[in-house]
Amino acid sequence: MIYDIIIIGGGVTGCTIARTLSKYDLNICLLEKEADIASGTTKANSGVVHAGYAADRKYIKRNLCIQGNKLYTQAHEELNFPFRRIGSFVVALEDIQIGELEEKRKKGLQDGVPDLELILDKEKIKQMEPNLTDKVVGVLHAPSAGIVSPYEMTHALAENAAMNGVKFFRNQEVIKIRHQEYVFTVKTGEGEFQSNNLINAAGLYASRISKMLGLDYFDIMPRKGQYILFDRNMLHLNKILFPSPTKVSKGILVCPTVHGNTFVGPNAQNIVDLDDLSTTTAGLKEILEGGMKLIPNLPVRSSIRNFAGLRAVPDTMDFIIDNTDVYGFINVAGILSPGLTSCFAIAERVEEFLELLGVEMKVKDDYNPIRPKPERFTNFTREELDKKIKKDPLWARIVCRCETIPEREIINAIHAPVGATTVDGVKFRCRPGMGRCQGGFCRPRVMEILSRELNIPMEEITKRGEDTNIVVGKTKDFILRKLEQEGR
Amino acid sequence: MIGGGSAGLAAAIVIKKAGLDVLILERDRELGGITLQCIHNGFGIHEFKEELTGPEFVQRFINEALDLGVKYKLDTMVIKVTKEKIVYAINNTDGMLEIKAKAIILAMGCRERTRGSINMPGFRPAGIYTAGQAQRFVNVEGYLPGRSYVILGSGDIGMIMARRLTWEGCKVKAVVEIQPYVSGLIRNQVQCLEDYDIPLITSYTITRIHGRHRVKGVTISKVDRKFDRIIGTDRFIECDTLLLSVGLIPENELTQNAGADISLNGGPVVDNNLETTIDGIFACGNVLQVHDLVDLVVAEAKRAGLNAVEYVNERYEKPFETKELIKCIAGANVNYVKPDHFNKSDQANDIIFSFRVKRPDRRILIQFKDQNNKVIFKRKRRYVIPSEMIELNLNLKELEIPQDCKSLEVEVIPQPEVLIDNT
Repeated sequence: MIYDIIIIGGGVTGCTIARTLSKYDLNICLLEKEADIASGTTKANSGVVHAGYAADRKYIKRNLCIQGNKLYTQAHEELNFPFRRIGSFVVALEDIQIGELEEKRKKGLQDGVPDLELILDKEKIKQMEPNLTDKVVGVLHAPSAGIVSPYEMTHALAENAAMNGVKFFRNQEVIKIRHQEYVFTVKTGEGEFQSNNLINAAGLYASRISKMLGLDYFDIMPRKGQYILFDRNMLHLNKILFPSPTKVSKGILVCPTVHGNTFVGPNAQNIVDLDDLSTTTAGLKEILEGGMKLIPNLPVRSSIRNFAGLRAVPDTMDFIIDNTDVYGFINVAGILSPGLTSCFAIAERVEEFLELLGVEMKVKDDYNPIRPKPERFTNFTREELDKKIKKDPLWARIVCRCETIPEREIINAIHAPVGATTVDGVKFRCRPGMGRCQGGFCRPRVMEILSRELNIPMEEITKRGEDTNIVVGKTKDFILRKLEQEGR
Repeated sequence: MIGGGSAGLAAAIVIKKAGLDVLILERDRELGGITLQCIHNGFGIHEFKEELTGPEFVQRFINEALDLGVKYKLDTMVIKVTKEKIVYAINNTDGMLEIKAKAIILAMGCRERTRGSINMPGFRPAGIYTAGQAQRFVNVEGYLPGRSYVILGSGDIGMIMARRLTWEGCKVKAVVEIQPYVSGLIRNQVQCLEDYDIPLITSYTITRIHGRHRVKGVTISKVDRKFDRIIGTDRFIECDTLLLSVGLIPENELTQNAGADISLNGGPVVDNNLETTIDGIFACGNVLQVHDLVDLVVAEAKRAGLNAVEYVNERYEKPFETKELIKCIAGANVNYVKPDHFNKSDQANDIIFSFRVKRPDRRILIQFKDQNNKVIFKRKRRYVIPSEMIELNLNLKELEIPQDCKSLEVEVIPQPEVLIDNT
């Protein structure tokens, strides 16, 4: 079959495009290289929905960010992912930085960033964010900034897209693309897919995909950012805290998450290796020191995980959203920060391109924009919970002790559209293993549930796809094999 | 009783024997706790004067509890404990339970430190486990987590797993310890590592984890006294699995949410009756302090059980008598002291002080001082090491604590040099 549209890349960009286009009467599929969607940059970023004052006016990402921020309100209502507009502070620690913040405020307001205010009253600042350093001299407050769980949002987008007919194929690394007679033939490690239009949302690999069609006009360089995540309830922050910005990034921030944790990071390090996600001693030290400039009482001892993510930095330093010279091929590349904020605005831009390409954009009668809110144990009232448990005892079987996740939530995550197939897949959908014990207690039981529900043996359960098996055999296997070899 | 491991069972038994009604809430599918996965020997030497495996040891307590008719609920997760001593728990037969108790004993045990909690850098591939998690996979679930191993940390579970995996035909390449000395018991160093020619590399730590999908190896580096890597000492060790045995943390989220004070060792603040800062809530076992042996956990749990009985019989809902508390402070080379404080009026009773040192030392003096630096008690010891908890059973009346005593500082200092030894 020939699809109307193939989307390459199952990150937040690809999934937002898939979901946005799923309202039309089109045959769409999405190809993802990894074992699960939301596995690249989407999985490891700050999860901040920016207000939009930060980028330079010469970049398209500035406007897309400001528009994208506004689009979150509706998306949040329809898709029910964790999102809260808590507002952000850009913190000035020296008087000299105030002028710069005032400039950002003025330009931001002119461009439609709502309610930006410069606060110089130290008492007021400390009232709004009591943990902030005493050295603060002023802050730029952006009330429209928010925090989101980027991977849960991406899963919500994918679920809704799948509900509306988009086909998702995982473990499909694109190795070759042919374009002949207005048909794209995309060859992956496992098969071939054909379409009339092709959207490249391959993140770090976007320039490789583009080059497969002979379009060699940009490069993507990975820029690594490291993070440390702290346990819940150790520090309560009201605001997203940015230092005054530098040229390469928005600096090392200290930020609450939608689940009540706090994180510090990222630093910024240009690298060459597209899958070097390692953290380093120096990097972790750098972010801790950076974070402590804003929050001196950072709960350093209660860190529960460190990780790194890669930003897809284009050589143009701006988003590359192009209707290319290859008819029907759209590049959506170089989506670095504020890409997460901009994704809904980017998807609208892609819609316009498709219209220009003459794709018939007829809204389906049965399009349903609502992705129901996943039922969560911790959100139920006592009465609701009692009712649930009476009907379904699996609601009372707590698998993850740190995050209080019952077996039912795990089963739901596995059987959701584009559901979890790996231990990390379960973790990023409903959180078992995200807590302070990092899966120490629940991992064997999550594996058991995966094994039972998907009917695969324990030895074939993986952390996140090929070559990441968690157990390698049964006890006595090695001993028996050895005895056999010795002929005993 | 929150927790049906060795501590919970032992305490429940003494309570039941005293004629009170007791209910154990256990979150796992069976009674016994972590001891069930410790299938090696070495248990029961203090308690039963014979050597048992973990399951054999704990089964004796399970049998006794069952014979006595101790009530228990399995697969039951306690969600919340309140100051009013109401316990909220959940399981799939009763749904949400709300249980009011006269006294509560916390016996939730501890959990292992993870890679995140020691902030180890590198890639995050599959094949990294805490030693206890690997122990569960091998001994309970029946699966092998890998073929060739490096173990970081010479904690007891790590060393025991090194031997266990060797028996399974796996290769344990090294046990790497950041301290200049082994952090578990000496007997485990001998019986689990030396007897199997497994190298113990001290003053080294892992500075990088290799492998993007599955662990491919680790880089270890020598560290200086501040635990900073010494440049030029890196060594690569190939392995497909990394086990972490880097310490245990008392599991006190319930305690904390109930509003009890937590001390620096991670356990609740308790007095000499093992009572937390909430009236009628007691703590024992590894939730209070991490013990060396289950035998010692059981001994402490029995004390907590008896104290809870006394509380229910004599102090429950009685007008609050003003307590005069003497604080216990960890001084030189002492990591923490339990109890955190004790009742001056309880001086007639024996008080068991337990503490650990920060670093090993030889020919030392254990000394208790009051706030005016007046030495109240001293005892000599040949040596101290962090892996061995020190327990002192003292009768305070004999100690003659001054009337104005507000605090006791416990310190472990070198014995003063004796130039001419008359003895």
